[in-house]
Amino acid sequence: MDLNYSAEEIAFRDEVRGWLRENLPADLRDKVLNYRELTKDDLLGWHKILARKGWVAPFWPKEWGGTDWTVVQRYIFEEECGAAGTPPIVAFGVRMCAPVLLRFGTDAQKQKFLPRIYHGEDFWVQGYSEPGSGSDLASLKTRAVRDGDSYVVTGQKIWTTLGHYGDWIFCLVRTDTKTEKRQDGISFLLVDMKTPGITVRPIILMDQGHEVNEVFFDEVRVPAENLVHEEGKGWTVAKYLLGYERMGTGNIAVSKRELARVKAMAGPLLDDPRFRDKLTRVEVELMALEITNMRFLDQLRGGRAPGAEVSLLKIKGTEIQQALTELMVQTAGPFAQAFRPVNGEGSFDRLTASLLPRYCNVRKATIYAGSNEIQRNIIAKATLGL
Amino acid sequence: MDFEYSDEQKLLAETLRKFLNTGYSFDARAKIMAGPSGYSEDVWAVLAEMGILGVPFDAEHGGFGGTTVDMMVVMEALGEFLVVEPYLATILGGRFVARGGSAAQQQRILPALIQGKLKMAFAQTEPGARWDLRHVSTGAAKAGAGYVLDGEKAIVLHGGAADVLVVSARTSGGEHDASGISLFLVERGAPGVKVSEYRTLDNLRVADVKLAGVRVGADALLGREGRGFELADEIVDYATALVCAEAVGAIKYAHDATLEYLKTRRQFGVPIGTFQALQHRMVDILISYEQARSIACLACVKVDATDADERRRAVSAAKIKIADACRHVSQEAVQLHGGMGMTEELKISHTFRRLTSIAQAFGDADHHLERFARLG
Repeated sequence: MDLNYSAEEIAFRDEVRGWLRENLPADLRDKVLNYRELTKDDLLGWHKILARKGWVAPFWPKEWGGTDWTVVQRYIFEEECGAAGTPPIVAFGVRMCAPVLLRFGTDAQKQKFLPRIYHGEDFWVQGYSEPGSGSDLASLKTRAVRDGDSYVVTGQKIWTTLGHYGDWIFCLVRTDTKTEKRQDGISFLLVDMKTPGITVRPIILMDQGHEVNEVFFDEVRVPAENLVHEEGKGWTVAKYLLGYERMGTGNIAVSKRELARVKAMAGPLLDDPRFRDKLTRVEVELMALEITNMRFLDQLRGGRAPGAEVSLLKIKGTEIQQALTELMVQTAGPFAQAFRPVNGEGSFDRLTASLLPRYCNVRKATIYAGSNEIQRNIIAKATLGL
Repeated sequence: MDFEYSDEQKLLAETLRKFLNTGYSFDARAKIMAGPSGYSEDVWAVLAEMGILGVPFDAEHGGFGGTTVDMMVVMEALGEFLVVEPYLATILGGRFVARGGSAAQQQRILPALIQGKLKMAFAQTEPGARWDLRHVSTGAAKAGAGYVLDGEKAIVLHGGAADVLVVSARTSGGEHDASGISLFLVERGAPGVKVSEYRTLDNLRVADVKLAGVRVGADALLGREGRGFELADEIVDYATALVCAEAVGAIKYAHDATLEYLKTRRQFGVPIGTFQALQHRMVDILISYEQARSIACLACVKVDATDADERRRAVSAAKIKIADACRHVSQEAVQLHGGMGMTEELKISHTFRRLTSIAQAFGDADHHLERFARLG
């Protein structure tokens, strides 16, 4: 056991750090560090910069553009991105659709989609949840009826993150309503969002932001070649994907940056033992999680799909994220109240004004990607055998 | 970076566990605790024979030359089996000699310690000092070439079993000064040393040590006169990292035993582990265990850091998390065991007590929160 970076790892870190310094556009960095909304162009723009460097999908197989980095190198890369304030690489394409295609896709599907995902030519989103199917995802009702060479899709998805940016959406749909086990009637479909019959409607959250949407499907014709894996095997695909979905949710690198910002914003509040002890406990939890994360990643070296361990990272990682937003609000004291100027700016400060909305926004973290209660169910079943 | 134990470390753990599995059953342990000394000379001899006493010491004294990570696997196993022998106290004393002692002192102490012929303890705590290593009012006055020690030490871990005590005493400065503290090797049987032993609720032994006109020679001084604080700070950090690893072993036992209980105990016609209210609490025990293991790794790796502040920061961070995890897991383990968890008869109640005690050992969470904060 050795928790220090080797000379090669330090050299790699310096290379990444130097490259980010040269290539991360200042306007993007400012938006990230000031909690401002990132447009589709911002997100894909950064994606393309990384793709040109060859660093956008480190964990893919080398033949498709992976980097062959070790677990530690991948971690160093994430950490440097977090520290530098890069926009996130939106997970739906690179981290979710692509691993599914690599595992279950036909050669034609891989050839068609993987290079486009890699180069950020399409913005992918995820069509899982439905109004009646949240944690109980297998109850989903969106129908896909086979008609010649197509499926005809009718139904509704909800909480579609960045659905308003979406070019393509991967969906879980019901192709058979009569199976004994309801999971067996589910299939995994790739849908071009420009297809007639699709409507995207915004859902405004309590931070006043537009991030999630409802997506309506009204007799949308999807070519049958866009079915991934076999018909009725969508649940297998979804389960495989779940591990990958949760893998990025620890958000450790970003939390390290945010922790440093809380300290910087806290000023004299750091001398208040009540505040300081709360902050230290979060810091210590994060120090432990960083090592837990690497211990688990280390176990995945053989290419094994992530299992219930990542649920633990999701639970702790999101709890830490939330705790940090709460502490950050506390640093602003009464100034956390002002949200938007009405007439004249006075004492108004845009960064301070973003802290409370961010606190509101990050409440989502313990709900999305399988609520933390669902994650505990998964660990109870898969790891503990309860 | 590398997160695995080496093959040697795995072998060490396996050998020790094999012995504990056969020779240190819960019943065997109960008999040992009931004996007059509260530990077993036979077990001690086996620990010496297996080389466990020599793990952290240099080969030139007969040791294994191991790192703190090597010690981590040992402490984890001792924690899991709730070993009551004065291992940590002796290693702590030996570490003082290994890090701060002269060649002659090392030669006198370490080979005997490694062979199981000599036990040690650190006599530091005084009434009112809590965990402040600067708080030393025991005095050491110059007398000829040597010193005369006077004062009262309390709650000295395994002070009764120790053949040689490391005693902190003031050669200059005021009661709370970091400078002016010196460390002395004192024979427990020396004239003027009076040891009163106590049993602790977790079945270890501690002692009050009264020093009245205890004469020691110049060769008893450990390290430089007046500079004992720096050495004590370093060695107590080392012991803290070790006790964190011990906690991980005890937490692992609490986790395993509670999980087993949830699967076997039936109420309302089903195993109680089928209830979601209990499942989620069990998952939180697992999370505490994994986080405790990670932070203990950090402490054991960083405790050897040359930068003292880096070492202090890692050790205090670890002790904060370990103290919280000890409290969380021990309380939940008893709660999920129900009434049975309360009983003397079950090992879980002994684990509860040991974890409660470890949470306080070498500073509770509040003590280390304060120390961590002062490091900035």
